[in-house]
Amino acid sequence: MKMPKLNASNAVAAIVCAALVLLPVYSAVTGNIFILTLFTRIVILALAAASLNLIMGYGGMMSFGHAAYLGIGGYAVGILAAEGFGSGFIQWPVALAVSALFALVVGALSLRTRGVYFIMITLAFAQMAYYIASALSRYGGDDGLTVYKRSDFAGLINLSDRTQFYYLCLACLFGGLYLIWRIVNSRFGLVVQGVRSNEQRMQAIGFHANRYRLVCFVIAGTICGLAGALLANNTDFVSPAVMYWTRSGDLMVMVILGGMGSLFGPVIGAIVFLVLEELLSQFTEYWALIMGPLLLLIVLFARGGIMGLLGRTHRA
Amino acid sequence: MPDPLPNPLLRVDNLVRRFGGITATDNLSLEVVPGELHAIIGPNGAGKTTLISQLTGQLMPNSGSIHFGGRDVTGLPSYKRSRLGLARSFQITSLLKDFSAIDNVALAAQAHDGHSFRFWGNARKEQHLRAAARAALERVGLGKRADIVVSQLSHGEQRELELAVALATRPQLLLLDEPMAGLGVTESARMVALLKELRKEVTIVLVEHDMEAVFALADRITVLVYGRVIACDVPDAIRKHDEVKRAYLGEQHAVTRHD
Repeated sequence: MKMPKLNASNAVAAIVCAALVLLPVYSAVTGNIFILTLFTRIVILALAAASLNLIMGYGGMMSFGHAAYLGIGGYAVGILAAEGFGSGFIQWPVALAVSALFALVVGALSLRTRGVYFIMITLAFAQMAYYIASALSRYGGDDGLTVYKRSDFAGLINLSDRTQFYYLCLACLFGGLYLIWRIVNSRFGLVVQGVRSNEQRMQAIGFHANRYRLVCFVIAGTICGLAGALLANNTDFVSPAVMYWTRSGDLMVMVILGGMGSLFGPVIGAIVFLVLEELLSQFTEYWALIMGPLLLLIVLFARGGIMGLLGRTHRA
Repeated sequence: MPDPLPNPLLRVDNLVRRFGGITATDNLSLEVVPGELHAIIGPNGAGKTTLISQLTGQLMPNSGSIHFGGRDVTGLPSYKRSRLGLARSFQITSLLKDFSAIDNVALAAQAHDGHSFRFWGNARKEQHLRAAARAALERVGLGKRADIVVSQLSHGEQRELELAVALATRPQLLLLDEPMAGLGVTESARMVALLKELRKEVTIVLVEHDMEAVFALADRITVLVYGRVIACDVPDAIRKHDEVKRAYLGEQHAVTRHD
């Protein structure tokens, strides 16, 4: 086992990981429940952002509809719960499967296009999911669906316990990051990154580029579906608003802020974005006025995002 | 037209490709036999790159057919042709710029080593792929530059890397689109020496502006003008060919010498 290189970005990643692990202890000692609630949300959205980073940062696929999977995962849990299927062993696999299926359909159609058209088609599909959810009058329609009971894992873990749920989310995040790390360095991952870099070249040496893109797209959608299942459990509620295009935009901002194509970037991005949102919105409801220019500065002066500023030396 | 040669590796029949009103490939027929180095020359705009792109499948012809190894590949996408043993280098260097030299070559080896739906193992630790890549890099003289990111390589090195990538796919036919483009005198000489070695192992179609290189290397030369073949013969015959002299060599030769 080779030791990871000691540089600023790896050090920050390690410190942040340790802080995330120890957060419930801090929360318990200080009695600050709010911070645990906030960070549960952050960890879940970090997982969603990490999955977006897989296609956007590594695969070069600018999906502008990634929040759809948050909603699909969430609705799978919510609808099954409403219909009396409370077991997480049913809810979660369904959430993943439906997300994968949706990604397969969206990917198969949208990957025929590139650039702006790809962005528009993924956006269109996400908006379609949004309107379909709004039309589900049996499941709350526009008002959303309350999840009265969190997913039940036969007593193995109690999702209603704040700390246990937080650690479950954190385990999903770390597991997701590990999976993405393996994928990115695998044969498959190199092909996907190669296609991002130069599709024509990859075709010329014998790769059917779109097939690899599509599988990557489905993997990312599935991981985000898991984040959606967690999110519904976290808020005990799922509504079409989760899928609205601004939410997809938020995920993109997290990825760009943290550093596209850096494994840990989306986690940093999610933390900075959501903590800033929380802090700034205490002072002013126009917090986006501060967030906007900040993002602009990052895009203009630090293409690699925060992780890039910390001296990430190479991709992957 | 030359007499039909036995068992051509590549056979192009009556190929036509139009762009709007322009016929870039005009009823073009061509045969490449195993083991030869077949040069394609012609003035700018003669349709050389258009032809290469149709051979590799990046561009589809309007009509006509392409047979490779006896098989009709006219409608086949480029990734499938590559798997049949057809490799190309690009006129304008086309590499994975943010990857290291060895990654570029190893990916080409990987493309021809089963499917790549392997999600877990570290591909950079697959010794046989790395070894194949290293061998191809040594071959073109880039052995010591393996770990350098492509964007940090000189133009000449990138041209050599193009060749290494094509070689790593273990092609039967190598289509080289102006491998000397933009090379200095010494770099060109190195490339010629390299191609002299390679031609012993693999059939080559060489599109090139550098006439000295072409006449030094080619077994046969096809001359294209406005998408049509005006001559196809051994170098000495081409040199003496009246129509070629008129259409091409006179003016163009002087221009090539200029840069």
